[in-house]
Amino acid sequence: MPPDDEGAAMAPSRLDLFLGFTRVAAFAFGGVLPWARFVVVERRRWLSSEEFTDILAMSQLLPGPNIVNMAVAIGARFRGPTGSLAAVAGLLVLPVAVVLMLASLYGRFAELPAVQGALGAMAAAAAGLVLAMAAKIAEPVLRARFRVAAPFVVATFVAVAVFRLPLWPVIAVVAPLSVLASLRRR
Amino acid sequence: MSGPVLFTLGWRFLLMAFLAIGGANAVVPEMHRQVVEVERWMSDADFVALFAIASAAPGPNVLIVTLIGWQVAGVAGALVATAAMIGPTSVLTYGIFHAWSRFRDVPWSRPVQNGLVNVTIGLVATSGYLLARGADTGPVTAAITAVTALVSYRTRLNPLWAFGVAAAIGAAGLA
Repeated sequence: MPPDDEGAAMAPSRLDLFLGFTRVAAFAFGGVLPWARFVVVERRRWLSSEEFTDILAMSQLLPGPNIVNMAVAIGARFRGPTGSLAAVAGLLVLPVAVVLMLASLYGRFAELPAVQGALGAMAAAAAGLVLAMAAKIAEPVLRARFRVAAPFVVATFVAVAVFRLPLWPVIAVVAPLSVLASLRRR
Repeated sequence: MSGPVLFTLGWRFLLMAFLAIGGANAVVPEMHRQVVEVERWMSDADFVALFAIASAAPGPNVLIVTLIGWQVAGVAGALVATAAMIGPTSVLTYGIFHAWSRFRDVPWSRPVQNGLVNVTIGLVATSGYLLARGADTGPVTAAITAVTALVSYRTRLNPLWAFGVAAAIGAAGLA
């Protein structure tokens, strides 16, 4: 057992929730969910692996950022509404402060050619990461059920990327059809 | 001065949050459309630069919303945009999870999720496409996007390496 194990099966306090999610956020570069799983399930043992997967599935179904929804759900489970607040605050206070600091540095030094060059190239890398993320989500889905998935993936992409349609009508049309197709296939 | 702007900002992100099925990256195309094309609050290059800062900083993807708010209306804008993006959907999530134990094993939850993930894939791919279109201004930046995408898809390397290498290439004036 690792020496910094926080002890199993103890309901976390609001401070624990705040600090736990601060830790999730502080090390989250790119994808936050694998880290969240590590901290919540393996390190702090607030939830079992199955409970984590249940909450994750529901958080992905609901609108809003997935990790924020998870923080709300986990906080609520142990400490009610104020537990949710503590967890969400833990997730966001430090990152918001850091990102605003970085942005004001950017605002001050944006004119420097080296800063412009660095940020331009980092933007290119960020775009690559998002493309890779799309491919990573797509691969298992397309392998498992290409014929019921691909048409809706393509329809969404064409509507939003090519025709630049507003998002809500696209979701209102494509999402129900896509859900219907996967319900019928079952 | 910034009262109406703050209101517009908050209202737009509040509505957008309810379309964020599959996370903040899924609504990047809509953010781009509203912020760059409809409201013209910033240029395409600014948008892409802010996305880069948000990605390179620790924390959830939703930080891009914080930075858009900051660019449009300073610190107040950052707080309003962030609160609008996470507040109302969090209340909804709280309510649903409150009743959660009763719905735990509903048989349709898997197919519904399968259906929605198709839309999420299309939207995240669109985000990548729009960001690449904004960021890839020449052969070097295009190569950075391609190599980063490939390495990140094939390996589990920490994405900070991609940002570090890219920043070095860019700062040296090579991009």
